Amino acid sequence: MRTSTTGRVGQYAALLGYLVFLAFPFLWLVSTAFKSPRELGSLHPTWIPRHPTLDNFRQAFDEQPLLRAAGNSLLAALAAAVIAVLIATPLAYVMARRRTRLAKAATGWVVVSQAFPLVLVIIPLFLVLKELRLINSLAGLVMVYVVWALPFALWMLVGYVRAVPTELEEAAAVDGAGRLRTLVSVTAPLLAPGIVATALFAFITAWNEFFFALVLLKTPEKQTLPVVLTHFIGAEGVADLGPLAAAAFLATLPSLIIFAIIQRRITGGMLAGAVKS
Amino acid sequence: MTVVTATKRPARDAPRAGNRRTSDRGAWFLVLPALIPILVLSVGPLLYGILLAFTDAQSGRTRATQWIGGLNFQDLLHDTLFWESFRIGLVWAVGVTVPQFLLALGLALLLDQDLKLRWLARALAIIPWAMPEVVVGVMWRLVYNPDAGVLNETLRTFGLGDGRDWLSGLSTALPAVIVVGVWAGMPQTTVTLLAGLQNTPRELHEAAAMDGAGAWRRFRTVTWPALRPVALAITALNFIWNFNSFALVYVLTSGGPGGRTRLPMLFAYEEAFRYGQFGYAAAMGLVMVAVVSLLLALFLVGRLKAGDEA
Repeated sequence: MRTSTTGRVGQYAALLGYLVFLAFPFLWLVSTAFKSPRELGSLHPTWIPRHPTLDNFRQAFDEQPLLRAAGNSLLAALAAAVIAVLIATPLAYVMARRRTRLAKAATGWVVVSQAFPLVLVIIPLFLVLKELRLINSLAGLVMVYVVWALPFALWMLVGYVRAVPTELEEAAAVDGAGRLRTLVSVTAPLLAPGIVATALFAFITAWNEFFFALVLLKTPEKQTLPVVLTHFIGAEGVADLGPLAAAAFLATLPSLIIFAIIQRRITGGMLAGAVKS
Repeated sequence: MTVVTATKRPARDAPRAGNRRTSDRGAWFLVLPALIPILVLSVGPLLYGILLAFTDAQSGRTRATQWIGGLNFQDLLHDTLFWESFRIGLVWAVGVTVPQFLLALGLALLLDQDLKLRWLARALAIIPWAMPEVVVGVMWRLVYNPDAGVLNETLRTFGLGDGRDWLSGLSTALPAVIVVGVWAGMPQTTVTLLAGLQNTPRELHEAAAMDGAGAWRRFRTVTWPALRPVALAITALNFIWNFNSFALVYVLTSGGPGGRTRLPMLFAYEEAFRYGQFGYAAAMGLVMVAVVSLLLALFLVGRLKAGDEA
């Protein structure tokens, strides 16, 4: 198909507009993170720091327990991702391969669970976790994260399972392999990349999560990175811009890197789930 | 990208009825590890939450919680602050969802073309999607900052006024947070729509072009009909997600100034965890689900009907 020259120019102008819109807040964040206090106080802020400095990063670590918060986030996200994938994969397999009432109910739950405001779930969870003495504990948070990450993990995994041709499984069965044997030696290896992508996505989801962590974690020693980040913003909404930007920049790096690696797989999984259901 | 080939298996399971019992037991074994946590930590709390809406549950009280029937809802009906926040929530949800969809559709159509900077746009689209919402909020606070922010400085450079404190202005706060909402949710919508576009058969496009159909006509007759199911689904989901969103606005304005950006979730959060009114907050949650589901049902039914007539 041929597009006219003016059409092309218009397309590129539009694309450029999008690029600026998408990029400029992030570039500003990075720029602010490397600015000296003097430059931050200047009346005419500049895009590129004149005297780039790492002071903001040092100060950020001094002001708030960032390392410990990152450790908490890492622990919670890792545990949630591993557990979520371990329990979601078998269910996703059943949902993808069989049309039992159970599989339908699970699909229904995946859809419905997206519609409920978190407040309706967090109040009872808060009360229950309090009874179990799991408030202000990462274990309690991980439990919540697992269930919270499940719908999307299932969604993605169902797509991946459907991409594995049933013919391969049937061939294995004809060759005399049992059901479990088929699952382990035929299906699992083909699913592995999808499972890894799903786990990484669950990891990011938990790493980025804020609401549950805000409600469930009370003391700074237990809090995760997103919650600790908000401590940089004072009660009156006044913020120490440099350290705030530095800490925010650091908190983003892990998810950005992981996301860059798995982005194609996520969209693939999403699409697969959406197209076939 | 995973390519899914549709391998339909029409009722192939049916003749093997003899095998059924054993394989169903196998299925249960596979399903239970996920089913138990879902029931205990998701379905259970949800039902419990619905029950709580009919009680006077409060935090830190020694007296037992009592069933009070519809009293919470009666109180809600007269709670003007709640309905104000509900109105703000709807303005925010529509204000974010509609531009989000239009911009994402435009970008998806562009990225579906053979353009040079495509890879850069794809790479950049990752940023808002992968960022923690808290960081997105922090970042835009830096952009909107009245003194050191890039927005005011840009406006000054182009002589467009002296700049203002966007997030604390009574009239500017809500539009300012809506822009952030659009920015944050655009990539996911774009990628979803792009995936939908790439599912439409190329041949149809080419055939339409051969017949001399212009770009707009091709969009209306070929692209849109194929994209419609994906577009409807993502719009409905975005609307729900946006209406129920919390972290972004919590970090940007905490609901201020003067409650102008207090979304229903922020209101319910404060009611529950600042004032300890668990029952009342649960009732708010229930009203939120009910109204949003109703709106969505109307929207989807309307759209589907429009599709049948078209």
